[in-house]
Amino acid sequence: MASSVNTSVNHPYIPSTDSERAEMLDVIGVDSLDGLLGDIPVEHRHPKLDIDAGLSEQELSTVFGSIAAENASSSSGYISFLGAGSYSHYIPSTVRSILQRGEFVTAYTPYQPEAAQGTLQVGFEFQTIICQLTGMEVANAGMYDGPTAFAEACLMAARVTKRTKIGVLSTADRRLPDTLLAYSKYQGIEIVEISADATEIPDDLACVGVQSPNFFGEIEDVERLTNLAHTNGALSVVHVNPTALGMFKAPGEFDVDIVTAEGQPLGVPMAFGGPYVGLFACKKVHIRQMPGRIIGRTTDTKGRIGYALTLQTREQHIRRERATSNICTSTQLIGLMVTVYTATLGKRGMQDLANLCYQKAHYAASEINRLDGFSVESLGSGGTFFHEFVVTCPSSPSKINAVLLDKKIIGGLDISDRSDSGMLVCVTETSSKADIDKFVQALSEIGASV
Amino acid sequence: MYPDDLKYSKEHEWVRMNGNIAEIGVTVFAEESLGDVVFVDLPKAGTDVGQFAKFGEIESVKAVSDLFSPVGGKIVEVNAATTDSPEVVNEEPYGTGWLIKVEVADASQLDELMDSATYQATLE
Amino acid sequence: MTISANAGDIDRRLLMDRSVSGRKAFTLPESDVPAQDLPSSSFLRDDVELPEVSQLEVIRYFSVLSQLNFSIDTNFYPLGSCTMKYNPKINDELSNLPGLADIHPLQPDETVQGAIKLLKNLQDDLGEITGLPGVSLAPLAGAQGEYAGLLIARAYHNARNDSTRTVAIVPDSAHGTNPASAAMAGLEVVTVRSDDQGNVDVENLRELANVNTAVFMLTIPSTLGLFEPNILELTKIIHDVGGLVYADGANLNALLGLVKLGDLGVDICHSNLHKTFSTPHGGGGPGSGPVMVTDELAKFLPKPVSEKTDTGYVLATPEMSVGSINGFHGSFSIAARAYAYIKALGLEGLQSVSENAIISANYIQAKLRDKYDLAADRYCMHETVLSATRQKKGGVSGLDIAKRLLDFGIHAPTMYFPMIVDEALMVEPTESESKETLDHFIAVMRQIDDEVDSAPELVHEAPHDLPVTRLDEATAARKPVLRWTADL
Repeated sequence: MASSVNTSVNHPYIPSTDSERAEMLDVIGVDSLDGLLGDIPVEHRHPKLDIDAGLSEQELSTVFGSIAAENASSSSGYISFLGAGSYSHYIPSTVRSILQRGEFVTAYTPYQPEAAQGTLQVGFEFQTIICQLTGMEVANAGMYDGPTAFAEACLMAARVTKRTKIGVLSTADRRLPDTLLAYSKYQGIEIVEISADATEIPDDLACVGVQSPNFFGEIEDVERLTNLAHTNGALSVVHVNPTALGMFKAPGEFDVDIVTAEGQPLGVPMAFGGPYVGLFACKKVHIRQMPGRIIGRTTDTKGRIGYALTLQTREQHIRRERATSNICTSTQLIGLMVTVYTATLGKRGMQDLANLCYQKAHYAASEINRLDGFSVESLGSGGTFFHEFVVTCPSSPSKINAVLLDKKIIGGLDISDRSDSGMLVCVTETSSKADIDKFVQALSEIGASV
Repeated sequence: MYPDDLKYSKEHEWVRMNGNIAEIGVTVFAEESLGDVVFVDLPKAGTDVGQFAKFGEIESVKAVSDLFSPVGGKIVEVNAATTDSPEVVNEEPYGTGWLIKVEVADASQLDELMDSATYQATLE
Repeated sequence: MTISANAGDIDRRLLMDRSVSGRKAFTLPESDVPAQDLPSSSFLRDDVELPEVSQLEVIRYFSVLSQLNFSIDTNFYPLGSCTMKYNPKINDELSNLPGLADIHPLQPDETVQGAIKLLKNLQDDLGEITGLPGVSLAPLAGAQGEYAGLLIARAYHNARNDSTRTVAIVPDSAHGTNPASAAMAGLEVVTVRSDDQGNVDVENLRELANVNTAVFMLTIPSTLGLFEPNILELTKIIHDVGGLVYADGANLNALLGLVKLGDLGVDICHSNLHKTFSTPHGGGGPGSGPVMVTDELAKFLPKPVSEKTDTGYVLATPEMSVGSINGFHGSFSIAARAYAYIKALGLEGLQSVSENAIISANYIQAKLRDKYDLAADRYCMHETVLSATRQKKGGVSGLDIAKRLLDFGIHAPTMYFPMIVDEALMVEPTESESKETLDHFIAVMRQIDDEVDSAPELVHEAPHDLPVTRLDEATAARKPVLRWTADL
């Protein structure tokens, strides 16, 4: 049973030497580490662990190099048209540069504000930027990701209205109600699907949850749906794409109550799904029900400006089982990336970026729509889309994608479970005209032959 | 610190009677334990409250406590000053920092409360 | 007019205050596609209010702000239960390799075999370390891991058609997320007392455990840094009434290679990769809180779980999964960092981590016990809980001591937690710190104790030498200012 006992190894991450350990044990008053382990049942101590021996940094790099080489990405020559909640955008050098600063990366949660003014001021800027983009009055300092932010928003609506039924529009990404279900299944909440063209809704909904652009890429009529919600005493919860807000009307203009979003498009690598950041903003009147950390501006004893966590009585470390949420560690460093990104792009950059994505996506859509056997309904619908659209394919999108892969093209998401033979295609500024033309050409060759 | 003319509950609220109206607030012990009061969550006037039932919450920077009514009845007035200036609870807990006024249904409920000396003894 | 020379003054203006119309920090390429019709103007916003600054201003602004922070890279952080150990730089570098940072979560499995293999290997290592082989890396933080664990407990009882299981028993010393997560899971929270040794009161648990017990939530080692001497009895009491035992693994840094939670009767646990496994705290996240369970409970794990099949690695959904607790697959690049850490340390390195963490914490305890009360008079594990009761009698609180430490460039220990200890100061040095750093911390703590008598106002009004002194948090809460406005 016993493997190595009290024979600590020298390691770059562990500075204590044998003689220092001996000195410390002497001060403590025991002969060896075993003297300190008295409470651990003897029969279970020092179990055998099937873990490999440690690697040097050089060997570690080789291991990771091999792992990375087994994945297909733009760095290995692939072009991709996947979106559906995670988006490929160019990340400016400023973001990577500031992320090198260990003072941000290795800092703790700012519970001691005097020692964390950097983190706190960045968080305040983050809150400001979210309000500016969404047109809302207040924002928190970030949540785990888009879908959990949406789930928390719906639960907040339930607390505010004291109702237990949550309406989610049928055109939303299924990940939103799925995450909401996981969060709410033991809280007496019922989730109801609302048809996108509904002119009436139940009069006991806590909120109407809308995603715009919706899962299929189209802009929803947020104004109409918000009025419908309010007429029935429900809150309006809208889940947006922050890149689109460089161009499309901010939800705050429509008297929306809570806005959520996935913050990943704003300077965060796709990184196989995380870590991301959930954006969360609401009307000031609801602030005490808002989950997550909030940073406020104040002054110190000498009258100097400073920032601190505020309204902490909403949170788990004080209110425990009556907290607005159990969230503790969230995503502060990702919030820093979003803040640096948005500061770098600035007013003009965010407008230009949205336009660029729009232009390329609409070009791709119209080119694909001209192909035999393919159609893009959003082009003729009278509504509009941002940078994602559904392509109705002549055959199974999965089969088409398999052929595309051989040409080093990662096609759009197969959504035939929601839209017959549907492929959800996303085009951002990272796709050149040549990339788009290659994709279109490949589709036309595959055509109905699959 | 604990005026003789008031009655006290074990949850650290005080009562001052004016006819059958009970003026209610929190004691010095309560506001000192809480620290700087930042928010008071009170119900609307017209709400009924039972004796020793929760009627609201009081928050400081680092803590939140429930508020329990020492007597039952209808809440006839709520102190609006605590909305804009919650610090009055710290400044004058027995004066301008009052919280609610209750029209008492059953005066005998006052017998279940403590006088100043008895209440102070519980604080030791 | 004379400008005063104040090199030490820090410009705290916000981005919008520095903004000048027409400045920019970035250019995008021109559109290379034929011009497309824009939608009707009723869809479009008139303007968006965002900063306009130059690229140097962006770099300078955020660089200066970073210098206002304490961080592990620059300061000792003896924060109990947070495990502020060295965050190896190679981990940041490797997790940002293009083949790892640029992959989309919805790519077909066959195009991301390296990524799924990494996740599977990490699952296996965490399962091996904890003795709980069913692992999901989906949870994005400890609190999500806890919640997932509670969902699993409820699913288990539902599958047995046992609808009486509605209670979570939680020690009075528990971290706030424990009861918060239990409430989210619709469980009634019942508190079990700690005895005067800081252990769970065995008889009290015996009284409380019954057919309504869904789960007993226990932090191992406890939030006092102590290992439950009666752990086997505690888990037996719960199993005897048909309940499950959930271990909050925040303090796993004390147990690596020393004992497996699965051997102690634990059924479910979570771990914090941003504590035990060295991934950076980032000023408040991102974290990762994998959940580990027994084989019997593995079918309930949240999706996805990485699996190795005959045809390769896949992301799978367990047959009775509690579902999706977030958008995608968890914090992949945090998992990548943790995996790099485990591979760099290896078996002996991991064991050494816990051994040294325990020795260092006990060393501090031994050297300070004559000046500061101990929450429990016995050897601790990887953290020691001091109580500033003596100092409080001298008019100086735990908070004052914590703030005074900042003047010495040492971050405050965890304060006022656990709640059952008066004026608690929880100190966790971790294995990363040298003996000189520990000795310096001890000397400073002893000096502050002297200051209680000789110069109490120095402690009361600390910190003195930081970018800000104590902040008016009361006004911040009474009159919240939460964003920039032109009239700030």
